[in-house]
Amino acid sequence: MFSFVAKRLLGAVPTLFVIITIAFFMIRLAPGGPFDSERAVPAEIQENLNRVYHLDQPLVGQYWLYLKSVLEGNFGPSFSYKDYSVTELIWAGFPVSMELGLTAVFLAVIIGGALGSLAALKQNRTADYTIMTAAMTGITIPNFVMAPLLTLVLGVYLRVLPVGGWGDGHELKYKILPVVALALPQIAYVSRLTRGSMIEVLRSNFIRTARAKGLSEWLTVTRHAARAAFLPVVSYLGPACAGIITGSVVIEQIFSIPGIGRYFIQGALNRDYTLVMGVVIFYGVLIILFNLLVDVLYGVLDPKLAHR
Amino acid sequence: MLRTRAAFGLSMAFALLTMTSTLALAQDAGQVLRIGNGSEPQTLDPQISENTQDSHIERDLYEGLVVIDKDGKVAPAQAESWSVSPDGLVYSFKLRPGLKWSDGTPLTAEDFVYSWRRAVDPATGSKYSFLYYPIKNAEDIATAVNKDVKSLGVRAIDPQTFEVTLKSPTGYFTRLIGHARFLPVNKAAIAKYGNQFTRPGNLVTNGAFMLKDWTPQSRIVAVKNPNYWDAANVKLSEVDYYPIENQNEELKRYRAGELDVTNEVPSDQVDFIRKDLPGELKIVPYLGSYYMGFNLSQPPFKDNLKLRQALSLVIDREAIVAKITKTGEQPAYSWVPPGIAGYQSQFLDWKTMPMPERIAKAKELYKEAGYGPDKPLNLEIMYNTSENHKKIMIAIASMMKQALGVNVTLVNQEFKVFLETRKEKKATQLFRAGWIADYADPNTFAELLQSDAGLNDMGYNNPEYDKLVKTAAVTVDPEKRIQMLQDAEKLVIRDLPMMPIYDYVNKRMIKAYVQGFDLNILGYFYSKNVTIAKH
Repeated sequence: MFSFVAKRLLGAVPTLFVIITIAFFMIRLAPGGPFDSERAVPAEIQENLNRVYHLDQPLVGQYWLYLKSVLEGNFGPSFSYKDYSVTELIWAGFPVSMELGLTAVFLAVIIGGALGSLAALKQNRTADYTIMTAAMTGITIPNFVMAPLLTLVLGVYLRVLPVGGWGDGHELKYKILPVVALALPQIAYVSRLTRGSMIEVLRSNFIRTARAKGLSEWLTVTRHAARAAFLPVVSYLGPACAGIITGSVVIEQIFSIPGIGRYFIQGALNRDYTLVMGVVIFYGVLIILFNLLVDVLYGVLDPKLAHR
Repeated sequence: MLRTRAAFGLSMAFALLTMTSTLALAQDAGQVLRIGNGSEPQTLDPQISENTQDSHIERDLYEGLVVIDKDGKVAPAQAESWSVSPDGLVYSFKLRPGLKWSDGTPLTAEDFVYSWRRAVDPATGSKYSFLYYPIKNAEDIATAVNKDVKSLGVRAIDPQTFEVTLKSPTGYFTRLIGHARFLPVNKAAIAKYGNQFTRPGNLVTNGAFMLKDWTPQSRIVAVKNPNYWDAANVKLSEVDYYPIENQNEELKRYRAGELDVTNEVPSDQVDFIRKDLPGELKIVPYLGSYYMGFNLSQPPFKDNLKLRQALSLVIDREAIVAKITKTGEQPAYSWVPPGIAGYQSQFLDWKTMPMPERIAKAKELYKEAGYGPDKPLNLEIMYNTSENHKKIMIAIASMMKQALGVNVTLVNQEFKVFLETRKEKKATQLFRAGWIADYADPNTFAELLQSDAGLNDMGYNNPEYDKLVKTAAVTVDPEKRIQMLQDAEKLVIRDLPMMPIYDYVNKRMIKAYVQGFDLNILGYFYSKNVTIAKH
């Protein structure tokens, strides 16, 4: 197990290097720069700005400089939020994004798993149809439609929850709507996945054996069926985390949440080279780690897969 | 029995607690202003800032020598009075006695000397250092021709007298220094904290408010500055600025009572607002122009004035502001928007002509320009990607098609790509553009169309125009100066390097209980004038 993890982590290094290289040159390919605006700025001033921010050097030279500073753990200053460094912005935003994302994943697994199992056990009955119709609706309604709808009803008309913002970060009321909006499509997806695999597992031989031995239905499902039925869900968690991350870009924008998702879009539009790079590298590392975690978890749940 | 009594006591205590806490809340909420402020500020360093949302906050935190009041006029602020030498070159500002920074240390003329030198110093990296160019040696220092920052034409005669020497007389100088780039910064704080001096706890300012808290992408909290010279008249105890980019989300938070003032108003919600939130929509003129630029450096518009006139004539500006923008924008027929005190905007002579006549005239000109039904103009209109621009461009295209049979292709590009394309003057024919005044003087518009101006993406090159604008800039006599600028604008209207579409307005939602939130023609507001009424 240890050597498996070590090998995977070692393999991540070249992956990250390729990500950094491609992202660095891609963002520079986009016309315009961080200081362009609909303003009449004298050319000399523009040149001076480039000098101050080291944008006057050849691109390859800038690339090496950047790689060097990343290795030192320094992502450089942000071009568009000049009072903060990229590292500071990411560390300020990450706990918020993480709280939002993990809560949503947690909800998705618990609620989605429970609903999916229920639907499987009541296959082709009213409960099953109701849950699956709701799930289908949940998958098809994108969260940029669901979120404004939720805020309009619960925030503006009923005034029970705030429409946006994050308060001081400790108040629950600010978190409910964004988490729900982010989790809903995932809940729907997980419940469909669970239902499908649960139905399959319930028909398999070892479940029949368990029942034949006189085990109660509850124990059969929770102790034997659930473990096998959740395997597809676990393998879905990797892409789900990626989905949550991209989803949070939208959700954070809609609810004005101070996470890092917003920097992804704004950084690119502002040509904030260092900020975009910082966020790309950070997300890259995150996704690599999540995939690794999923693989490890898979090994634990499925005895058929033994990692060498 | 004991249990009930305990429960009674507990509930009493609880009731008391809620009562006191609601009382405390009511008191706090009493004089707190919550403003929607567009996007996250780039910085709170007034010399580095570029955007309006930064400046809004900076005008509350800092105070310059003068302010631009709600009527757009120059009014005393940190300077209580000033005088100008007869040749118009030397300005002497008398500071108010006993001025202090928010940390209680005295503020003197030396602080302004330090701040203004810092602004032009190339090492600071200020994009707006060009605003200082009227000051002696400023341009040479900013462009590193002159390495001696101390040679800038500013000095402290004594702690209370700040003297500025100009390169040449500049009639709009006091209007210019109302800009947020001229606000003073605290030398000691910068020396101590370096580029972290704008952080809460570090930032020392001289305005009516001081920074208390800053959570990026969430909110900025400023509280009343007890050391401010006019603190006795500052009613608010706190101002909160919320960066909310999406206008619809901002409006929702306003409707949910989470904001007192919005930064913008989405135009597609205006009908709803007028009906359901009457009296809360505030619209004031904004010194800015939305226009379409002609690329004059290549066909079809090069040397073809008649074609430019024909196209300009068929744009029904009244329809655009009534049906698309909807929030009180004014149809534009001049280059300099009307509203600058003492200046007469020069209008296109067919301003009052009814639409059918305009179209008839346009058809003639179109024909004379060499086009007609059998040889229609194929035109490409370029704009930066945005739903609002798109609607206007579609309207313009269909007006041209309907009246003259012009075949229009619409091309949109992401903002920064678009700016680059425009500047190159190769791929553009007709393109969207906008200009917001830096200060309340026609010069800010006149400069833009000079042949060597950075934003003259039309490629307008008229030596006569350049000469008029340059001479006006150094003319001491205010009347002569204004006359020259008016003559220059007449040339623009005659040559038509662009067609004005509409003049901007500032639009915000303001709750009825917010009093004294006045927006001037530059979109400035000063929270020090605001009172929250009982509600």
